[in-house]
Amino acid sequence: MDNRRVYLDHAATTPVAKEVLEAMMPYFSEKYGNASSLHAFGREAKDALENSREKIAKKLNAAPEELLFTSGGTESNNLALKGIAQNKGKGHIITCKIEHSAILAPCRLLEKQGFTVTYLGVDKYGTVDPSDVEKAVRDDTILVSIGHANNEIGTVQDLEAIGKITKERGVLFHTDACQSFTKEGINVKKQNLDLVSINSHKIYGPKGVGALFIRDGVKISSQLQGGEHEKNLRAGTENVSGIAGFAKAAEIAGEKENARVLELRKRLIKEILFGVEEVKLNGHPEKRLCNNSNFSFNGIEGESILLRLDMLGVACSTASACSSHSLMPSHVLLATGMKPEECHGSLRMTLGRDNTKEDIDYAISAVKEEVANLRRISPFWRK
Amino acid sequence: MYSKDVMEHFMHPRNVGEMPDADGVGEVGNPVCGDIMWIYIKVKDDRIEDIKFKTLGCAAAIATSSKVTELAKGRTLDEALDLSNKEIVESLGGLPPVKIHCSLLAVDGLKEAIHDFLAKNKRPIPDKLEKEHQKIKAEKCETGSHDHNDQ
Repeated sequence: MDNRRVYLDHAATTPVAKEVLEAMMPYFSEKYGNASSLHAFGREAKDALENSREKIAKKLNAAPEELLFTSGGTESNNLALKGIAQNKGKGHIITCKIEHSAILAPCRLLEKQGFTVTYLGVDKYGTVDPSDVEKAVRDDTILVSIGHANNEIGTVQDLEAIGKITKERGVLFHTDACQSFTKEGINVKKQNLDLVSINSHKIYGPKGVGALFIRDGVKISSQLQGGEHEKNLRAGTENVSGIAGFAKAAEIAGEKENARVLELRKRLIKEILFGVEEVKLNGHPEKRLCNNSNFSFNGIEGESILLRLDMLGVACSTASACSSHSLMPSHVLLATGMKPEECHGSLRMTLGRDNTKEDIDYAISAVKEEVANLRRISPFWRK
Repeated sequence: MYSKDVMEHFMHPRNVGEMPDADGVGEVGNPVCGDIMWIYIKVKDDRIEDIKFKTLGCAAAIATSSKVTELAKGRTLDEALDLSNKEIVESLGGLPPVKIHCSLLAVDGLKEAIHDFLAKNKRPIPDKLEKEHQKIKAEKCETGSHDHNDQ
């Protein structure tokens, strides 16, 4: 083993791309104006803001006026759910059990405020059956919120099928696309999306920047009161440098890189399933994000494998209970029907643009070595 | 997050293995919680002559398992029963508060192995040890909720 460092946690965050950093630099000390100011300094910032809006909206097949900038995915999700709920005043929301906590926590709050929420189940791959959405829609349903791709297991949902149902039934449709933006096709017209949450730091942009697409005509209540920024829907001076970086990140993301990562990811999954005994792939075998892999290793615990891989320079993530503060395994893995004891040995490896074939081969041998080492000290392993 | 000593014991655990002719065996933990420890002792003249363990668990569980075997080896049964979780955690340079839960496994395992030895040999079992034995058997996992904090 050499002194290689391999970052395989791109679902957590990504490095800021060089091109992105360059696009951001002028907006710190040079073109630092407030986009609301009328003078030339302000206009420079305003131009950057609106150019960025146009570039990102285009990626969603949306109009620039339909895109609102936020501080990130969590804020976008909170604004979508609470903003719609407050505007409607009462009603029923449909979401699913494997959503990110930035969806589930606002939903639980809305339940306390008198809204009703249906949490749809998923199959063993983490897929939501669109016919379950159809069955769950009631006369008082105001919103369906189903995430595009899951952050843990990478399973991608059929937005188009769900969008057909919500359109027919006259219900608003939101998706949390923080993991899928630029990796999977998002077309708000084709998929009948009314609201879409996206963010920057998953796509090689800076942290602290996100956006919410709100279809023209859809009414939401602002969650931040203050100035008249973002059409009075999101008060606060726009983060122009961050937004310029977000736009550059969206612009440089592309099919070619997705295809390259997919090949590496396929290699990783194939080699680990082939080279390690008693291992299972979590999530869908095909309908998954190009960069996501998630395994469960029998007889070992997730935090242990994560820390041992870290000692070898390989950075991953686990949904094991022991890595959490609450000592409960992942709600996502549990929702796919896994037993708690199976969830503890989970390991997520999410690839990205700096990973080479050599990195992946190094990670594969590191996993093989450390799984074997931990099984040697495990009471559940007698081979 | 973890001290140097915890990482050292986690990466290079002492006294790993099984013992087919053990005089006492302790099996503690719960697969639902994600940690299991099997501990084996060989007893001569009421002294722990040899000790082995196998643990499925997080770094804290593995490191404290390793440490408890190191500290217990060579002690009399009474001295071994005096080993506290606090002593083990302190000798490892401390653990994050959330990980104290995981460290209890090791000291419970040792007590169970001694209980097993005494019971097998029809020896009197101290009240305190019997109470702890009943408590360990009855113990269930705490529950809560857990998410990746990615967003």
